[in-house]
Amino acid sequence: MSKPLRRQFDVLVVGGGPAGMAAAACAAACGCQVGIVDDNPDLGGQIWRRETTNPTSDAAQWAARLRVAGSEVLAGARVFHQPEPGILRAETAENLYELSFEKLVLATGAREGFLPFPGWTLPHVMGAGGLQALVKSGLAISGKRVVVAGSGPLLIAVAAYLRRHGAEIAMICEQAPWTSLVRFGAALLGQPQKIGQGFSLRKELSRVPFLASSWPIRAEDGEKLKAVTIRRGHAHERVFCDYLACGFHLLPNTELAALLGCRIEDEYVQVDELQQTTVPGVYCAGEPTGIGGVELSLAEGQIAGFAAAGRSENAKKLFHTRAKLNKFAKVLNRVFSPRAELKSLPQPETVVCRCEDVTYGRLRQHTSWRAAKLQTRCGMGPCQGRVCGPATQFLFDWRPDSVRPPIFPTRFENFAVTANHREPEHVEVTGGKQ
Amino acid sequence: MSELVTLTVNGQRVDVPADATVAVAIALAGAACRRSVTGERRGPLCGMGICFECRAVINGTRHCRSCQILCVSGMEVRTNE
Repeated sequence: MSKPLRRQFDVLVVGGGPAGMAAAACAAACGCQVGIVDDNPDLGGQIWRRETTNPTSDAAQWAARLRVAGSEVLAGARVFHQPEPGILRAETAENLYELSFEKLVLATGAREGFLPFPGWTLPHVMGAGGLQALVKSGLAISGKRVVVAGSGPLLIAVAAYLRRHGAEIAMICEQAPWTSLVRFGAALLGQPQKIGQGFSLRKELSRVPFLASSWPIRAEDGEKLKAVTIRRGHAHERVFCDYLACGFHLLPNTELAALLGCRIEDEYVQVDELQQTTVPGVYCAGEPTGIGGVELSLAEGQIAGFAAAGRSENAKKLFHTRAKLNKFAKVLNRVFSPRAELKSLPQPETVVCRCEDVTYGRLRQHTSWRAAKLQTRCGMGPCQGRVCGPATQFLFDWRPDSVRPPIFPTRFENFAVTANHREPEHVEVTGGKQ
Repeated sequence: MSELVTLTVNGQRVDVPADATVAVAIALAGAACRRSVTGERRGPLCGMGICFECRAVINGTRHCRSCQILCVSGMEVRTNE
């Protein structure tokens, strides 16, 4: 049985992206003992992956604020269980941790939405953010031809990033229609900072075709990707490419919040004006409370950090910024929600649950997520339904089950160390500790 | 230019930048990460540790998410299992 390493914090932050870094920096600046636990090798989350070392970036500025304020960072550590209120258990490749806290900030971020279509399981068909993450992690993309598809502002950002790294962007296929995109453009007018970003990205992507109401119908080839057929207007077009980077906007990571008993409505964690969830002392900031992007995450993170430190007067100064950004977020999510036609993409033989290879044909014989799970093992693999759960919710209108621990696959011995069977604390008697 | 580290993927020597993840080394070796339960070749999907499609055997430990683990000199990676 592994013996857990114990750490105690005034404020524990789960997630080291913009919201988590902001929360930790603010709480630590107020004098709290702060810990940050994050699954990735470095801080920055997905949007700031590998950016904290670029000195001119916002990421580096927040990393510096965090360093000055002081906190303990547990990177490469995944939270999987709450053995009792006030304690979370996390594991790294080597160790098991038991993290106790007075206040908790959940900043667990978002993942991409994936929708099944024939060929989406082929190697080199990835999420848009997924391919970007791999390139940030060292994958050479120079000279490769990439189709970027799906939905959301991330597509443009990813296309520009890949192009800067030498990729040829064959086209960007956005499923939303122009009529909705115009609404998004109008909402941008209230966000001067984002207009600037938008113009510079557009300039970078000059001569790259941007198609609205367009999406992948199928990806082909036996072992690796060769071509993608896309819907363009009312016609189909076959496009040769090395990679298909396809993600349908973003989904909040709410599994930990659900495990802790926080109220979740319409997929989002419900919070009060100080970002506190329905569980007292547990705060939530960033994408899990509503997909809104990095600026909103920073505002919410700061509010949560100050509130967790008992400084609501500091938190209140950010309410105005948050309100403005929230309005924009609402438009964003309306515009980029997937259209009903995408429900007809999977064919009977198309795999929907990638962990257990459960096809669309088998799933549609069932009437609920629970029945499908029991009969087909859909959602029972290691991703625990994080990919196929939202997909079946969209395809069949199924509702997910309640969340049970462990929320990530874990080594059995680590899960088996229960709070009731703790070994007695080892008492330090040497070393002159006071 | 960052330094290179050398590791093996299915016995084949691969040189990668020192801060690359194992998923990148597997791609460089031209391998897929795993075989699905019905035998399909699979590679990374999400790139952020959620989907578990990039699982590989690293230094004998099965089910490692290769997109979340940095390459270390001398690492032995096996795929397709």
